Amino acid sequence: MLNVQQVCGGYTGESILRNISFEVGKGELFGILGPNGSGKTTLLKMISGILPIQEGSISVNGQLLSKFTPKQLAKMVAVLPQHSSQAFSYTVKETVSLGRYAHLDGWFQGWSKEDERIVQQVMVQTGVADFSHRDIQQLSGGERQRVYLAQALAQEPEILLLDEPTNHLDLSYQKELLDLLKKWTNERSLTVISIFHDLNLAGLYCDQLLLLNEGAINKRGTPNEVLKEERIKEVYQTEIKKHPHPKVPVPQMVLLPEWQNELEKKDPIINPNMLSLSKDHIVLQSSVPLRTMSSGVVGAGMGWYETFINRHVDKNYDCSDHRKEMAEYIRSHGFDPNESVGMMTAVRLEDVSYRLYTEKDFSVFVVVTAGVGNAVDASKSDSHSFEMVPGTINTWVFINGNITEEAFIQGIMTATEAKVKSLQDQMVIDRMTGTLATGTSTDSILIAATQSGKSLEFAGTITPLGKLISKGVYECTTEAIGKYVKRIQE
Amino acid sequence: MQRQFTQKYLNKKLIAYFVAGAFLCFAMLLGISIGTVSVPILSIVQIIGSKVFPFISVNQIDQMHTNIVMNIRLPRVILAGLVGAALAIAGAAFQGLLRNPLADPYTLGVSSGASVGAVLTLFFQISIPFVGSFTLPLLSILFSFLTIFVVLTFAQKIERSMRVETIILTGIIFSSFLGALISLMIALTGDELRQIINWLLGSVSMRGWAYIKIILPFFILGSFILMLNGRELNAMSFGEERAHHLGVNVQRRKMIILTAGSILTGAAVAVSGTIGFVGLVIPHLSRLLWGPDHKHLLPLSILTGSAFLILADLVSRTIIAPTELPIGVITALIGAPVFAMILLQRKRAERSGS
Repeated sequence: MLNVQQVCGGYTGESILRNISFEVGKGELFGILGPNGSGKTTLLKMISGILPIQEGSISVNGQLLSKFTPKQLAKMVAVLPQHSSQAFSYTVKETVSLGRYAHLDGWFQGWSKEDERIVQQVMVQTGVADFSHRDIQQLSGGERQRVYLAQALAQEPEILLLDEPTNHLDLSYQKELLDLLKKWTNERSLTVISIFHDLNLAGLYCDQLLLLNEGAINKRGTPNEVLKEERIKEVYQTEIKKHPHPKVPVPQMVLLPEWQNELEKKDPIINPNMLSLSKDHIVLQSSVPLRTMSSGVVGAGMGWYETFINRHVDKNYDCSDHRKEMAEYIRSHGFDPNESVGMMTAVRLEDVSYRLYTEKDFSVFVVVTAGVGNAVDASKSDSHSFEMVPGTINTWVFINGNITEEAFIQGIMTATEAKVKSLQDQMVIDRMTGTLATGTSTDSILIAATQSGKSLEFAGTITPLGKLISKGVYECTTEAIGKYVKRIQE
Repeated sequence: MQRQFTQKYLNKKLIAYFVAGAFLCFAMLLGISIGTVSVPILSIVQIIGSKVFPFISVNQIDQMHTNIVMNIRLPRVILAGLVGAALAIAGAAFQGLLRNPLADPYTLGVSSGASVGAVLTLFFQISIPFVGSFTLPLLSILFSFLTIFVVLTFAQKIERSMRVETIILTGIIFSSFLGALISLMIALTGDELRQIINWLLGSVSMRGWAYIKIILPFFILGSFILMLNGRELNAMSFGEERAHHLGVNVQRRKMIILTAGSILTGAAVAVSGTIGFVGLVIPHLSRLLWGPDHKHLLPLSILTGSAFLILADLVSRTIIAPTELPIGVITALIGAPVFAMILLQRKRAERSGS
């Protein structure tokens, strides 16, 4: 469709772009990325035929760009500009109708039914038909952008060039516009070439990306090939972190702000003094958000949370909409459910066991509530029927250190293994099968780290961190079960 | 529903042409009728009718009236109309091209160039052989051509892409320079001072049919070219890059439009001197009333521009009769307040959200 070969050039005299070569296939959504001044707009202007090429060639459908007359080019390539000036108050329809200019041959050829049909169609598609008789000067930025999109589409182009199309649009219009473009590339084989400032939007929607840096191609390929953490850091000269999109398999880039470094120096220590105990709940309130991985009722999964609540509920607690009820409970006690991890237990909270374990430059604080009334042997869990009842061994592990994602998972493994061993050493029996239990049917776990201070890469059982976790969880679980058993026997 | 809308739209345009045309007829009749000797409107219709259809006998019409109408008033009204139309359509085209509603033929230095040509002719008493008394208009047109050529070359030297901002700036620079040249020549003039000053103030009096013959071919040529470029002007008013994207051959169209504009301005300045405000107010007024679409804006500007200048001329020769005011004074006196009023009303309408 579009073939760019060894193009050099720029504004008068100086050459901004050096040796640019790439191809864009029919029906592709092609994104151009790059820092400010990397030559993105210059490249787009060359493709649209506004800037002359100093060296190399650009061809559309196998024909050199310079061989097209302006009208022929306008039938092939339409442009949605970043800024549009409107000196006079044309109506929306007049503006969109101008898109048909290239299709009107001769000086006196009138407006045909076909022209009218296409103008009406693109106005409906872009959602501007409802205000087709209004002045464009009275429209909002987003509406105006859609009018110019309709104008470009009225040209019936094969290639649509866009310069940061989402610039003046709010979030919903950004998505709407890009969804529309994506649809057109799929359904009508429209080729879209667009400059993006937002790497994440580009990663989400583009089939191919071209990363420009200082007038040359840094990388061209699929979003996964181009959006590499190291590459983006180098090209944009800034701190970013690559992160997977929660729903779609595309890379997303997140910025790392300066204040994050400041935070690390403060080095908050999670300690027993932050814990408040009552008959209804155990709360640990941190002064800073902690990176958390948990299986709580509220705030489960990965996230950043400040408040950690282990709530006592009655054995006959109705679990029909426990998430909503739990969130309301948290709110009613003056905490923010969005900042909290909440767990439930039917266990008496006075059986809680907690202790701070310290190493030379990091520490682990473990909190366990345990009851083994519904103990289960995991290897024979087939013989149990599924039943949602509040958890009985809730394990919290707070780490005063900076740990990796793998350490979170290893930490969960280590803590679980320590819990199982504790249960076995105390001969806790699965009542249904009569074998040794490995846990209860509704256990919950939480690993939270301050992400400041010492870097801890691993949390396997014999790593320094793993040793503290296994020791802490084993001891606290043993103590908590001991208290529980003692109270039951009394 | 769409058809209804289109129908309504077309009707609106028809009404616009009808109103503008009626305004012009009204202005012409008034312009011919009123003066030191008042000619009844019925007689005017009869006199002109008899000239157009010679087989109708008009014995009962006063010979003096026929003389006044055919030799003095009618040529004067037609000349005023042509000058007004030329300035208005040129202004409309320049405003569209430069995307500036406050631009007019003067902004580009075109009319200053034409003035220099005229003043030079008067100053050096130039007379080109075989052309004789037509030396003045021809030199004016020639100089407006030269000015626009120099301005554009200069703008291109500054910036290859010749952005409109650069052209306006260059035009203003040249305009001031040429204005200074005129002042210099006036200062150096002895006896011809009065003639030059009179010409500079602008007038359409005592020019006769000869001057109409001078301006008419240029007017037809210029207006025809501009009206063929209505669509391009629409595209250009969204910016040159946008016009390019829409498929307009921007460089060529820009040259054509500027050339046509300078033909119109040069011819108008040559026959009537410098008359300000017509090229500025009329296109603006037409745009506010009937929308910015150049396909209609250009012809409507012709109609309203000529009517406006005919009325202005009428006022200038009657308000303190028998003395005649320079027509430029009247155009400014009427034009500026009307302009301000429209601007205010429009702002108010915008604020009330209609």
